[in-house]
Amino acid sequence: MGFEYAPAPESRSIVDIKPSYGLFVNGEFVDGHGKSFKTISPATEEVLAEVAEADESDVDAAVKAARRAYEKVWGPMPGRERAKYLYRIARIIQERSRELAVLESLDNGKPIKESRDVDVPTVAAHFFYYAGWADKLEYAGRGADPRPLGVAGQVIPWNFPLLMLAWKIAPALACGNTVVLKPAETTPLTALLFAEICQQADLPPGVVNIVTGAGATGQALVGHAGVDKVAFTGSTEVGKAIARAVAGTDKKVTLELGGKAANVVFDDAPLDQAVEGIVNGIFFNQGHVCCAGSRLLVQESVADELLAKLKRRMSTLRVGDPLDKNTDIGAINSAEQLAKIRDLSEIGESEGAGRWSPACDLPTTGFWFPPTLFTGVSQAHRIAREEIFGPVLSVLTFRTPSEAVEKANNTPYGLSAGVWTEKGSRILSMANQLRAGVVWANTFNKFDPTSPFGGFKESGYGREGGRHGLEAYLK
Amino acid sequence: MSGTSTIPDPGLEDATRSEASLRRFLHGLPGVDQVGAEARAAGLGTRSIKTSAKEFALDLAIRMVDLTTLEGQDTPGKVRALASKAMRPDPADPSCPSVAAVCVYPDMVATVKDTLGAAGGASGVHVAAVATAFPSGRAALDVKLADTRDAVEAGADEIDMVIDRGAFLSGRYQQVFDEIVATKRACARPSGDDAHLKVILETGELQTYDNVRRASWLAMMAGADFIKTSTGKVQPAATLPVTMIMLEAVRDFREQTGQMVGVKPAGGIRTAKDAIKYLVTVNEVAGQDWLDPDWFRFGASTLLNDLLMQRTKMRTGRYSGPDYFTLD
Repeated sequence: MGFEYAPAPESRSIVDIKPSYGLFVNGEFVDGHGKSFKTISPATEEVLAEVAEADESDVDAAVKAARRAYEKVWGPMPGRERAKYLYRIARIIQERSRELAVLESLDNGKPIKESRDVDVPTVAAHFFYYAGWADKLEYAGRGADPRPLGVAGQVIPWNFPLLMLAWKIAPALACGNTVVLKPAETTPLTALLFAEICQQADLPPGVVNIVTGAGATGQALVGHAGVDKVAFTGSTEVGKAIARAVAGTDKKVTLELGGKAANVVFDDAPLDQAVEGIVNGIFFNQGHVCCAGSRLLVQESVADELLAKLKRRMSTLRVGDPLDKNTDIGAINSAEQLAKIRDLSEIGESEGAGRWSPACDLPTTGFWFPPTLFTGVSQAHRIAREEIFGPVLSVLTFRTPSEAVEKANNTPYGLSAGVWTEKGSRILSMANQLRAGVVWANTFNKFDPTSPFGGFKESGYGREGGRHGLEAYLK
Repeated sequence: MSGTSTIPDPGLEDATRSEASLRRFLHGLPGVDQVGAEARAAGLGTRSIKTSAKEFALDLAIRMVDLTTLEGQDTPGKVRALASKAMRPDPADPSCPSVAAVCVYPDMVATVKDTLGAAGGASGVHVAAVATAFPSGRAALDVKLADTRDAVEAGADEIDMVIDRGAFLSGRYQQVFDEIVATKRACARPSGDDAHLKVILETGELQTYDNVRRASWLAMMAGADFIKTSTGKVQPAATLPVTMIMLEAVRDFREQTGQMVGVKPAGGIRTAKDAIKYLVTVNEVAGQDWLDPDWFRFGASTLLNDLLMQRTKMRTGRYSGPDYFTLD
């Protein structure tokens, strides 16, 4: 006689997916010259749509359209007028939020409760926030007359397709730049719906261009001579290639790359909330989060108690249909990513770490991985060093605050960190010592458009969000 | 309900040995981060409970109601009506379960007993009485105990006592502890059929979640069978985050001692939708062992009719007007 939650699926009828999509160039959808590719739902492997691939000539046309729009329309336009367009886009995003959320969950595999309650509201908030900056740029601390850079070439990942689009496009447009954006190959659909929203908002043609495709399309965009600014979010490996490609040019670059964040739990932490923060830190968005708290550093004196609580909590996580409103963990985004998660997890086991997952029934089609934790992990294990980018947590212990800092910083990455303690002074001291762009105290994975986000070391450079985020798009 | 032991668990004996050790123990419990706790409760509130899950939840919630009237204007007539409703909440539908208990002031216990007894007494509805100078608890201990014994002698199955919040807030934990222990003794009957003790923390006056957690442990260590949020006379009464903190406490207490303690949010839960959020929280925080009227109750009056309306809607596909449900 258990309390079994009946299926509560969000209806997908709200979104009208076309059988095929072209590129969005100069305000219109046009055919691409490359081979088209299929985008699938990772939860069912069902083909959602056929999407055009942009080749070099398509990218060139998009960059030229962006250049024209920059020189003739968007660059000269007063900030308060640009703001009107951005506010309009933000409002349309709110009006069409259900549609965007359903499409995001279908194409990406993330649970509807996250796309509905986190991704889409944060997207709208980002546009509202930067709309507010558009006519106040002279107060941004960049001098009396800050100027836009020109055409921005932007390449974004598949983990937060629409949110990363907002992080890239909103500040660029607010500052007077025009953009050519390439969404990830596996998740192009919400960017294409965003293109429709640009049309609906009467955004002048060429201000936003969307070119779909895989790595080669991204390379063509980043390497195009007409691009003044490159912004990339994705893997460290590709980030390094981009840095090499633009070296020696006068392109400005911001990179937001991988992470292996430490979530540090002290013995005086609020344990039940720390458990929530750990779960949110690593299982939010199936762990496909560059700032995921993938290393749990717990003080030895509370390690057993905390792990018992964590395991009990993990047993209540509901894995399954991304469109079910009660789903906590959705599908892994692609077969390729699933293979990588499996590989690294097997390596973790063979290196001697203890693997544990709660009992859970995984669907038979689609790409799925259960929430997993590894205990007895040391700094020497690959699962403590390499970014897994999946729902896999490595648990390490420490004895003293200095040991916690040492271990937390002992990584090539430095995107984020978490500190759990009821002692305010310890939070401040840890925040000063942790080499990470964001340090969360008694929370994790909180995003706000007013707060800058970015990395140390191999996690990249430049900041997105807040006043700092304007610097990347102004000279 | 079970768990009649008044003796603190051996594992916690040290903690209850003196005022100082009690304070050390309660202040050594892990803190509660307010923002995180409220975010977690809000997250639980977004679960979508539909169709078969909703039917299950509505019937369970009805069986968990302590149908309550605690007014100066209560009369035997009013209380008889309430007791009748407790046995047959929906006269039009014999498949509708009865509620868990009727909760009244001690002087109304006999009236409730008579009404339940006149109907054969087979409904399983319990009689609960508030006692110990409810709702403020501002009386001498012997008065509180006399109040309790009155209710027990009149036949109450359950006693809802209030803690001395003044003593708790000024740090006199031993006094609060001793009063609960003494009230528990006053719940005893020579027959061995002791009344169960629910301890009201009045969380609206304790203010912080840290205090709620400490008061929960204090009450459990002193022998409470149930811990209850509120009298209903103070705002805010029951809230989802407060109930969640108490559910964490009973879960952790069982982990440590093996003993199960029940939880009763009371006051302010008026809609079926809210009640279902509480059941989701019970399910996911304490676990399904607590999804039983022996271990979880709702202290409520208006809630019952909304549960009945939703239940009828589930069965007939139509909403009926309020005149199709009895007023109590």
